[in-house]
Amino acid sequence: MASSSDSSTPRGEAFVWFSGLGLIIGLGMVMGLLALVLMNGATVFWAPPVPVAQVDDGRILIGQLAQRRIRAGSPADHPVYERQYQVGLRELNGNSYLWVDEAKIKGETFPADVLGLERVENGPAFVRPQSLRQSDGKVIPATDAAFETAFQAEVAAAGAVRAKLAEITRHRIGDVNAAMDKARVALRRAEDLKLADDVASLQKEIAALDGRFAVLQEEAKQVVAGGAVASLVSQDAAGREVVVPLTQVIRAWFPNRLDTWGRVKLFCSRLGEFIFDEPREANTEGGLMPAIFGTLVMTVFMSLLVTPFGVITAIYLREYAQQGPVLRIVRISVNNLAGVPSIVFGVFGLGFFVYVLGGSIDQLFFADQLKYNNNTPVFGTGGLLWCSLTLALMTLPVVIVATEEALAAVPRGMREASLATGASKWQTIRDILLPASAPGILTGVILAMARGAGEVAPLMLVGVVKLAPTLPFDGSAPFLHMDRKFMHLGFHVYDLGFQSPDSDAARPMVFATTLLLIVLVVCLNLGAIWIRNRLRARFKGASF
Amino acid sequence: MNPPSAQRIKVRPAAEREGRKDYISIRDFGFWYGEKKALDAISLDIPERQVVAFIGPSGCGKSTLLRNLNRMNDLVDGIRHEGDITINGRSIYDPGLEVISLRRRVGMVFQKSNPFPKSIFENVVYALRVVGVRDRAVLEEACETSLRKAALWDEVKDRLNDSALGLSGGQMQRLCIARAIANRPEILLMDEPCSALDPIATGKIEELIHELKEQFTIVIVTHSMQQAARVSDRTAFFYLGKQVEYDTTEKIFMNPSQAQTEAYISGRFG
Repeated sequence: MASSSDSSTPRGEAFVWFSGLGLIIGLGMVMGLLALVLMNGATVFWAPPVPVAQVDDGRILIGQLAQRRIRAGSPADHPVYERQYQVGLRELNGNSYLWVDEAKIKGETFPADVLGLERVENGPAFVRPQSLRQSDGKVIPATDAAFETAFQAEVAAAGAVRAKLAEITRHRIGDVNAAMDKARVALRRAEDLKLADDVASLQKEIAALDGRFAVLQEEAKQVVAGGAVASLVSQDAAGREVVVPLTQVIRAWFPNRLDTWGRVKLFCSRLGEFIFDEPREANTEGGLMPAIFGTLVMTVFMSLLVTPFGVITAIYLREYAQQGPVLRIVRISVNNLAGVPSIVFGVFGLGFFVYVLGGSIDQLFFADQLKYNNNTPVFGTGGLLWCSLTLALMTLPVVIVATEEALAAVPRGMREASLATGASKWQTIRDILLPASAPGILTGVILAMARGAGEVAPLMLVGVVKLAPTLPFDGSAPFLHMDRKFMHLGFHVYDLGFQSPDSDAARPMVFATTLLLIVLVVCLNLGAIWIRNRLRARFKGASF
Repeated sequence: MNPPSAQRIKVRPAAEREGRKDYISIRDFGFWYGEKKALDAISLDIPERQVVAFIGPSGCGKSTLLRNLNRMNDLVDGIRHEGDITINGRSIYDPGLEVISLRRRVGMVFQKSNPFPKSIFENVVYALRVVGVRDRAVLEEACETSLRKAALWDEVKDRLNDSALGLSGGQMQRLCIARAIANRPEILLMDEPCSALDPIATGKIEELIHELKEQFTIVIVTHSMQQAARVSDRTAFFYLGKQVEYDTTEKIFMNPSQAQTEAYISGRFG
């Protein structure tokens, strides 16, 4: 006789609901995370109208609304809201962000003349312009109809000067400096080995480089002198006069005057800077190009390293090794490797790859460099190569397991057919098993990439830095510098969120960077999935 | 109840032909999978360029014996054998003989067609590729010859570069035959080649076996008595790992000397 509680068990309805609930909770959390990142990350670059707010203690402030929240400790039945305004002008206000009780705000107006400025130093500013002092000494009052056009033209001209200056100081002088360092090391070596001819020629070379350096510096000075005398005279919310030299202005906009198209253009311009430019102001402003590039290159190298290692290992384990207790222990160990905390791999990478391997490489191939360049290591310090290797080691189990499973899934008949035609075991593996299991192997590589691209902890030990002066890829031979330190999006998030002096200013960038990292990982995965699907289509009908 | 009697199965008269009568010679052959003895004291001679069928109920060891002729059973762990098998006078277990070269001389077609996930052309010439033939003309010629012999040429000659996985079941099996004969083996082993095919495809393959007999010695394992009677010159009947009777097909089906054979052929067991 069946009781009523038993009657549902045979159909397992309770378990269906239970497992469905699990799925919903899991999906909900992932969706919530993505929605949070997307909402916060995508709105960073949008320019909303900026109010002038009167606070009832007599203060007036101009600022962009950043956050609104319930004040901590306020009663639950009638909560007290407070607003955070980004007021900018850090040098005057002490802080670019300000919390104000909502109840104390008497009124908000949106005057058309409020001007937003993004500046090279000291963050943004929100001011009310008074007049423009042009390069030729003419003064145009803000009330003049020609003011806006003239102002934007001067901003663009100043931007061009800044770009020219950056080109000279960062790239051309940088190249000269690099050549100089090299020549100095060579000179020290020549002096030490008493190679008189070399010493003479190197001294000549250094003198020539000094000359070029002086010329470039002079050029830079002229550029500065030639461009930048225009400045904006304006008032802040409290009526204080603020004079902003236009060389300091990266972008200027009238937030209460812009139409939607103008806002979209501004958004795209900021997004472009974010993706294609280098960071400024301790990474809290500017772009992320070096970090995007570093993440991408590191992930690709990691995949290139882990795939052959993993596949070869799996082939040995599955095809050649004698199946038995020893192999079972090896397999368990490999699987457990996947559970080792990533920081442990970082420590191993530092101890073995950087110090032992890198140290040995330096001893063998860069002995001169060490001796004559104050023991500055080349490979014996963190770098792109060691990061890729460390992450490759970390993701190795994923690829091994996936490859083993893919090999095991190749139908037995196919293996037998190949052997029966007189193919050797290696020929069978190379011509039949590997192509047939390629989609499965790629699935493993995708998983490895997904894990590797988002990993931060081990990288902090073996070569990721918060600010790298040069990209790991440039125009000088050998073009790809595997020994260089680089920037990484994951580390950038950590650095922005927890290491930056102004956490309020960094907050939007944290979300934007997180969003970018997610997008990058998704793109990498989509690329790998696309390759896998093409392979699958080639072997369609085969059962994997 | 009307079990098919031996008389109702049409038997082709055995055509005695030239060639060595003991081309493949199996002597006192016993075989174990681990502790389980799968074959016991098998002794039979297979003449050159004839078709020999192995029949018997499932698990009687006929496939095991077939897979020993090209040492496919080496892939299984824990196997052991006694006695000897010689091909053209040389033991296949001779330590000086490489398994690979044995398998190049002994082609095999499997029960389930198993084309590689490659083009039709690459499937056929695979055996040539593994011995290092690169000359395109040689490969193309071998491909055409094999496909013609396997009676598949006319159906696929216009799509040699298409995936072999797009062929029908019968075509796939004929492709596997073409692949097995591409490097001109001396012996062709067929392990129930028609069990997954419809009657028309089966008929085509049986016709093929008649033609291939001119050049190859063929050993075929089959569950179908009619098929054994139709295609083979000689038939061996196995039961529980033992060889019950081996004689010309005519004799086995018309006038078997063992009661067990008679019972199996007339459908009383198995």
